[in-house]
Amino acid sequence: MSDVDTTRRDSLTPAIGYREMEQSVDVSHIAHPETEELLTINFGPHHPATHGVLRLLVTLEAEIVREIKPIIGYVHTGIEKTAEDKAYWKAIPVIERMDYLAYYFNAMAYCGAVETILDLEVPPRAQYLRVIHMELNRIMSHLVWLGTTALDLGAISMFWYCFRDREQILDLFEMSSGQRMHTRYFQVGGVFEDIPVGWEQKVRKFTSRMPTRVDEFQALLRKNEIALQRLRDVGVVDEQTLLDLGVTGPLLRATGNPWDLRKAEPYMSYDHFDFKIPVGTVGDNWDRMVVRMLEMKESVRIIEQALDGLPAGPYITDDRKYALPPRHELATSMEALIHHFKLVTEGFRVPPGEVYYPIESPRGEMGVFLRADGSSKPARVHMRDPSFVNLQAMKPMSEDLYIADFIATLGMLDPVLGGIDR
Amino acid sequence: MPDATGLELIAQELRDADAESVLDTVFFRGRAALLVAPAAVPATLERLRERGYAFMASVHGVDYFPEEPRLGVHYELLDMREVDRISVRTRVPLSDPHVPSVTPAWPTADHQEREVFDMFGVIFDGHPDLRRILMPEDYEGHPQRRDFPLGGEPVLFTHNERQTPSWWE
Amino acid sequence: MEVTRHGHGAGGMTEFRARQLRARDMLRGALEDSEIEEHVQQSILTTTLDKVGRWAVGNANFPLSFGLACCAIEWMSHIGPRIDIARFGFEAARATPRQADTIFLSGRISIKMAPVIRRIWEQMLEPRYVVAMGACSSSMGVFNNYALIPGDKFLPVDLHVPGCPPRPESLVHGILKLRAAILSQPTQDWRTRYGGRGTEEVVAELVRDNPNAVQDINVFRGGAGETSQGA
Repeated sequence: MSDVDTTRRDSLTPAIGYREMEQSVDVSHIAHPETEELLTINFGPHHPATHGVLRLLVTLEAEIVREIKPIIGYVHTGIEKTAEDKAYWKAIPVIERMDYLAYYFNAMAYCGAVETILDLEVPPRAQYLRVIHMELNRIMSHLVWLGTTALDLGAISMFWYCFRDREQILDLFEMSSGQRMHTRYFQVGGVFEDIPVGWEQKVRKFTSRMPTRVDEFQALLRKNEIALQRLRDVGVVDEQTLLDLGVTGPLLRATGNPWDLRKAEPYMSYDHFDFKIPVGTVGDNWDRMVVRMLEMKESVRIIEQALDGLPAGPYITDDRKYALPPRHELATSMEALIHHFKLVTEGFRVPPGEVYYPIESPRGEMGVFLRADGSSKPARVHMRDPSFVNLQAMKPMSEDLYIADFIATLGMLDPVLGGIDR
Repeated sequence: MPDATGLELIAQELRDADAESVLDTVFFRGRAALLVAPAAVPATLERLRERGYAFMASVHGVDYFPEEPRLGVHYELLDMREVDRISVRTRVPLSDPHVPSVTPAWPTADHQEREVFDMFGVIFDGHPDLRRILMPEDYEGHPQRRDFPLGGEPVLFTHNERQTPSWWE
Repeated sequence: MEVTRHGHGAGGMTEFRARQLRARDMLRGALEDSEIEEHVQQSILTTTLDKVGRWAVGNANFPLSFGLACCAIEWMSHIGPRIDIARFGFEAARATPRQADTIFLSGRISIKMAPVIRRIWEQMLEPRYVVAMGACSSSMGVFNNYALIPGDKFLPVDLHVPGCPPRPESLVHGILKLRAAILSQPTQDWRTRYGGRGTEEVVAELVRDNPNAVQDINVFRGGAGETSQGA
């Protein structure tokens, strides 16, 4: 940006002043040999390797990254403010679109927060269905991550394989809820409707093949000399730095800390299932990759156990004050009609209270802070998105890396800009 | 979570250390929260860190309009060893929206405090780089305040698209 | 442009062999008049350069690898193996706008990103097309608030594909419609397509020094139907 002539000031071009404000990179503290010059270049927001519209001001010394400064907000959608304007039920589609790869998790955290304030019991069948869908979403998110990160590394074939398997998961979502993405399947009190006949067999068919697929992916990369050289011992950060930065999820587990909210603070009957938490040892890019791949296998185990133990029963709470009555009752029961009308037009009211509900999303701890003020619309919804906090770890992760390693590390960070910018 | 008595004990200890810090305790649905005075926030968080709550999960803002003091900042702390969560809340009025920044002691609060500043206008004293993070840098206003309008554009349909001339006409 | 296909089935291998021999004879200069006629009719297509240009643009339309939000993930699955828009010619997703033909606004456009997109679009070379994929870029989609603007506010959008995110079949239908539009219309820059008047960017100093600069430049003038001269 040094060749931009910023002395020209026009009322026709006010944008230049704004650009100057962002050019505030202070490089005086970076020690560099006298023969080298520090170059600050702009990385994004439109860039094929940043996962979304992430902008980084990267200060380079020759080809080594000395300092980065992330600038975000390029897909800021005002989701939290829009959700304040909608009834609790109608805010679910808005909230789902935040972290757009983990939509079931967004909805789960929000519905969980509302259910906590309402003190509403979710029936066991709904809990198991929620777990199955969330774990399928976790596998899907990791597949997209793997495909795009391998694309950044240059292993383009992984992209095709991962998206082929992702299509199968999207077929399962379409069968259960009608939509591929952003399905609005989780509702306050349970799930929207019961799974159709034949869905279970399809999921089992998928889970029977998935572990072999993950083994295939690992076989493609595990002994690949290029992948090993590019990922081993690259981007190592120690555990305490990550904990100070508030990082959770596979990044933290790669350093050896087995913190996983599914085991530590079980919610939605995760404690009924037997699964392991893969942890790494060194905390480099290689560990991060293997941790996520093994997590896919563990998710398959959870899904199979959930299907085996899927209880019969209602798929949404029986409390008609919060959940829609089944349609056949509308013809016969007056109360059902009134409840249906009130729920659809005004929505249910939530007594005043504030709650923070954290869950484990594919990228770390996703929490929803919900403040209810007694009306039918939430007074404040804040989503503590894991990518937003994990992005702060980019700085220590990328110190003194070559640009190519920097790109690989950015991929291993797994940022989803929808969550970062909300 | 610390149960209700545990919360009262923690509050009592904090009040012993600093009499004006803890203004109130809230125990709702099994979750513990402390309401502290704005100036005492860093010290309270340090004392809680010594008690084991060493991980800061979230820093977020709330607008309590129309109740005063209007702007709130919440800190969610997590104790990984005991698997315990506690929430520290503070409220500042619009006339004096200053809260001392906890970023030097808790590096995770860096971007999150910038977001609270951007969206609510709470000024964190001592923050190394307090700029807007989500909105453009020259934006005026703090969008997530309750009295900030939701905004939006009129959606173009066939019946009204001729009323808004396209930018190239 | 008429394309008549003579499969191997119409006449079989003998027909094919006969055509081969005829072609060989033509190259040797050994064909007689009627045989030349026949050969020309069977193996040479005549068209205009215009049509060929449009055929090339429509069938080899390189999208810009540009993704904003959720629709970008659906867009990636279009490049993926199941939907595979490479079979329509959208093969090489160029990373640089200089080499791309179409920009897919896949996702919500925030006010911070709009000038960036505008700058990218300006760097693309004519003929360029804009597809607003999904509800958020056409209108504001699910979110109608302070932070988003629709794509029509700053870019001339050729195709709007509804959906949140659009179903794969939906976007493919849209892409085929775009392709049909490219193949049928005369190749036009976006100003002619949209009848944009007076939208040329004039450097500010030029106008400051010479207030009549705009008239002096050979620009698009008058009603639709007049072609621009030069600029």
